[in-house]
Amino acid sequence: MNIFLIILSVAILPVSLFGNWLSFRGDAGNGLVNQSLSPHIGLKSQSAWKIGLPGRGLSSPIIVQGHVFLTASSGPKQKTLHVLAFETKTGKKSWERKFKATGRTICHEKTCVAAPTMVSDGKVVIAQFSSNDIFCLDLQGNLKWLRGLTYDYPNAANGLGMSSSPVIANGVLIAQVENDAESFTTGLKLSDGTTIWKKDRPRGANWTSPSVFGNKNEQRVVLQSKDGIALIDPESGEDRWTFKEGASTIPSSTVSGDTILVPSNGLTALQARADGKSHTQLWQDNKLGPGTASPTISGNKFYVINKANVLTCGKVDSGEIIWRMRLKGPMSGSPITTSHHLFVFNEDGLGQFVRLGEKDGEEVASIELGETILCTPAVSEGSLYVRSDASLWKLSD
Amino acid sequence: MKIIALLEIYFLLAVLLSAKEETSLNKLTEVLIEIQSKGVGNTEAVEKWESVSKLSSSAVPKLLAAMNQANDLGDNWIRSAVSEILDRDKTGFPEKEILAFLKNDRNAGSSRKFAFEIIQDEKPVFAQSLSPSFIDDREPSLRRLAIENLLISARASNQPKRAKALYQKVLAKGREVDQIKEASDELEKVGEIIDIQSLMGFLPEWHTIGPFDNTGRKGFDTHFPPEEKIDFDATYQGKTGKVKWSDFSTTDPFGLLDVNAQYGEIKEVLAYAHTIFKSDSDRPSQLRIGSKNAWKLWLNGKLLFARDEYHRGKTRVDQFIVSGQLIEGENEILVKVCQNEQTQSWTKQWEFCLRITDLTGTALHPDPGLSFLPQEEKFFYYQRLSE
Repeated sequence: MNIFLIILSVAILPVSLFGNWLSFRGDAGNGLVNQSLSPHIGLKSQSAWKIGLPGRGLSSPIIVQGHVFLTASSGPKQKTLHVLAFETKTGKKSWERKFKATGRTICHEKTCVAAPTMVSDGKVVIAQFSSNDIFCLDLQGNLKWLRGLTYDYPNAANGLGMSSSPVIANGVLIAQVENDAESFTTGLKLSDGTTIWKKDRPRGANWTSPSVFGNKNEQRVVLQSKDGIALIDPESGEDRWTFKEGASTIPSSTVSGDTILVPSNGLTALQARADGKSHTQLWQDNKLGPGTASPTISGNKFYVINKANVLTCGKVDSGEIIWRMRLKGPMSGSPITTSHHLFVFNEDGLGQFVRLGEKDGEEVASIELGETILCTPAVSEGSLYVRSDASLWKLSD
Repeated sequence: MKIIALLEIYFLLAVLLSAKEETSLNKLTEVLIEIQSKGVGNTEAVEKWESVSKLSSSAVPKLLAAMNQANDLGDNWIRSAVSEILDRDKTGFPEKEILAFLKNDRNAGSSRKFAFEIIQDEKPVFAQSLSPSFIDDREPSLRRLAIENLLISARASNQPKRAKALYQKVLAKGREVDQIKEASDELEKVGEIIDIQSLMGFLPEWHTIGPFDNTGRKGFDTHFPPEEKIDFDATYQGKTGKVKWSDFSTTDPFGLLDVNAQYGEIKEVLAYAHTIFKSDSDRPSQLRIGSKNAWKLWLNGKLLFARDEYHRGKTRVDQFIVSGQLIEGENEILVKVCQNEQTQSWTKQWEFCLRITDLTGTALHPDPGLSFLPQEEKFFYYQRLSE
């Protein structure tokens, strides 16, 4: 493990100790679970539960200080936006706030207005919706501030729906609002939601989410678009370096230490140089292109699920493929990984839990939830949380 | 005497506290009403927000009244304030005042809908009993609830005559396309043909000109002659030769104008469509356009909105709702509709549909001779026409 990985692990350790899961694909936004999680989880355990949710939603849950937070959208045109909080222990609803969408709510039938996953710094939770409404609340559900980015910029919309999940880096909320017409990313002040910076971005529909890169003291944000990658300074929005060979607009990049795995020309590994202003391309393999799910990592390995639902394990530093196995698809949600296992749900609600061996992978457990699942699971204190439109499950062993 | 003195002190304190709450509430609502786009007013709102934690449920009616003056962003701030207060203060839910606010149609429709939602959260059965009273409501989201009740009854009815009458009522009173379509489809099953195009006010008669060049999607921002002047006798250089205006109309129930039908399935082109809408008065209106192509929309020479996006989903009725001020007499409507370079099968459509409504979603008809008829009579008029 290089020094960068050690610093990164130490930086996120205190948060993980509380069982938090602060953003899309976890605290580090790469699907890595820094907690133990048994593959033998299910609904039979006394601590497991299943509860009902309003309307629609495919945003992933996040977990902060013993509460699960997630979003939903309801009403005939999904114009009612819900932010919900539940106790992790019991599933009891702690609070719910409802807002009205100020931006456009038309989207493809498969997705919905509650598509982006919330983010938290441990003190506040922030919900962004496909309508580009953003709400910042404290953990008790009291509003801190709100913005309506399509209200501000009426052409900032995607006819199929938006899905980028926001991130927090160096105390700045980064909201990616990239689309065909009025495409931008903005940095908002966490204290009151006012704009620190706004930068034009490549015009084109973009469903990827930004990733946070670097350690706690010096964070950068990876922005992905059809043009490629821009590593930006979260406080100014200025590019530190760019990669212009194009990238996917659906699966997002995955950060592994000082390396960024980019869904570009298959999969491309970019290593940031110590000067912070440039990068080196480690490898590129057009056989490693992910489908809809974003890649994840565990140790020095990466895991990619392609359009044919084949899971590939490879080495982060070289791109060398170690093993492959076929899963049951189709997949929309991304996998998450512990040191020894990978957890992923397909669209039919089948959870597939895979042992990650040195030479092969093996499905060691599965669970059938019987509802359409499009989200990426969250993990806290040995339990896994996953949602459909209508239900939120806590699966425990 | 001591008891009287204590009571006096108690009432004095109550009055002072009430006055303090009033002042605090007034300062808060002033700030929330002033919230503007792009974060303007956020800092002030955050500063004043602490006072929400000190307000009691008696503040809710005043917050609702403030909502009338707020824009959509201020509306959301106030929604949250009301929710926080009602979550905290369970002592005196001001049902009577909230109900009065809901029933007063001088209040903003969106605020009244929120008042309904508050009642629905507190007393769902009572809220449900209110729904039928919204059948003629000016607020579309409330009216929709009453229409949904009719549809539920019609779906459940095992008496064909009653079901038919209920579906007819949906057509007469409904404003939203999914509800109107369901009723129309059901009536068609029993042999009744409804002229949806006329009922919903789609504009079927157009003059069109094209194709002009849209190579590299550059035509979207190019000002071709029809954007400068409408001259039906003129001839211009198009993408592949001279082009001139011609008549074009649609019989599609939802007013879909299939531009491919006139010019062929060609790529990287654009066309203009022009029509006249006669209004019986100066009035605010909503121009409701649907298109999966990039488009621009002008009313009386003024560009109302432009959308540079291609084939992200399908064309939908009321996909974009744009405000526009009609003038008494003839109003010129010009649509620019663009086709891009994509070749996939799902990118061949080159189309739009357009209708005009008042601010409540009630269709305005291009024929002023019918404008005096309320919608329910129009329904029967169009039914007769279709027969």
